[in-house]
Amino acid sequence: MSAAIRAINLNVQRGKSHILHDLTVEIPRGVIMGLLGPSGSGKTTLMRSIVGLQRIASGEIQVLDLPAATKPLRSKIGYSTQSASVYSDLTCIQNIRYFASLYPQNEKSPEQILEDVDLSRNADQMADSLSGGERARLALATTLVGTPELLILDEPTVGLDPVLRVQLWALFNKLAAQGKTLLVSSHVMDEADTCHQLILLREGRVLAQGTPSELRARTGKSRMDEVFISLIGAA
Amino acid sequence: MNINRLSAMTKRVLLQLWHDPRTLALLFLSPALLMTILKYVYWSNPDLFQRVAGSMLGVFPMLVMFLITSVATLRERSSGTLERLMISPLGKAEFIAGYAIAFGLTSLVQATAVSSYAIWVLGLKIAGLQITLIYVAILDALIGLAIGLAVSTFANTEFQAIQFMPAILLPQLLLSGLLIPRAAMPRILLDLSNFLPLSYAMDATRKVISNQGSILNDSLIIFLFLALLLSAGSLTLKRQSK
Repeated sequence: MSAAIRAINLNVQRGKSHILHDLTVEIPRGVIMGLLGPSGSGKTTLMRSIVGLQRIASGEIQVLDLPAATKPLRSKIGYSTQSASVYSDLTCIQNIRYFASLYPQNEKSPEQILEDVDLSRNADQMADSLSGGERARLALATTLVGTPELLILDEPTVGLDPVLRVQLWALFNKLAAQGKTLLVSSHVMDEADTCHQLILLREGRVLAQGTPSELRARTGKSRMDEVFISLIGAA
Repeated sequence: MNINRLSAMTKRVLLQLWHDPRTLALLFLSPALLMTILKYVYWSNPDLFQRVAGSMLGVFPMLVMFLITSVATLRERSSGTLERLMISPLGKAEFIAGYAIAFGLTSLVQATAVSSYAIWVLGLKIAGLQITLIYVAILDALIGLAIGLAVSTFANTEFQAIQFMPAILLPQLLLSGLLIPRAAMPRILLDLSNFLPLSYAMDATRKVISNQGSILNDSLIIFLFLALLLSAGSLTLKRQSK
């Protein structure tokens, strides 16, 4: 089967700064791909380019066999930004119902989606009264409307306590098991181990790509943050 | 234009408003309060009350819709929900039309309530039909909405958005014939006012109040301005950032 995402010689400029340099990556279908790197390494820009929100200077991006930013992709990609993009003056179920009603088809009902992210009990609660963890799960829920095959999640676990992070990762695994492809960015290195594959970004370039065990073998280190530092040293 | 998405969009905006009872109350109470104050300010000169209060019925919906539209769209931009919508199948025209219908309906209710209060309680006399006055008030509201939508692109914060009211709306208000009839202004200001949508809105309001002249031309010109402003607003909604 073809790759979920294929970016070839991607260059992105924002204003005068060159954010992504000749970046080439391929992300297979059905995996959880971790996108790691220090802040400012271009993780968000790469994700925005894939969803079609960022204009690219040169290069090519194919998403689910279609050029990025094309119309048919709109019902196939779910994207959540670093800050939860939900309506704080609507309840959880109203948020999901609204987003779902914009799509021609929905794989799951709004109630099922809330069930999936464990927010059924909060269905009638206003989004602005949710706790940080509940809000993060609501943001994730908004990516599950329509018929998404690809989920792009920008730092979905940032600022969450370890218990909630484990819960969210369990959910990501469940979604991957359903056949969805997930691209998840993080700067928490211990989350890397829960990904099937990793892309390490630094200053807009791919430093390394591979499974966690491959990267360990390559560097001879056991902890992921050591692996990363050792790869930076080698570059 | 997809009717399901459009109605979902309209319903969502109304639902947000519904969840904000304080804003709802202010939408109705503040124009009523201002009309009451006007009534007593002009206690010794009831003719002036008739002239000013009538025009104010067109000014309130416009000011209010300008403010709530610019703040609402700015909130969509800053909270990231606008980007969330831009990657969904929702069309830009559906986004704008959804806001226009939701806020248009809101101003229908507002104009009906405020004009009824002014007529039945405060004794405002209008020679034309109340329903025509409400129609003109909705046009005024849509002008406020269209300008609010267009300027929200140039504002990065809610602070800035509010500042556009004195910068963009008040000059138009001064030139619209609210203070003195437009024909009595210096030539250059009169020519300038001919290019401002508010002038036609105020002309139409006055014609209904005095029941003199047809508002057909004013209506058409206002629709033209609306089409222009709303398409300018839709151009400023970018799916991609540079």
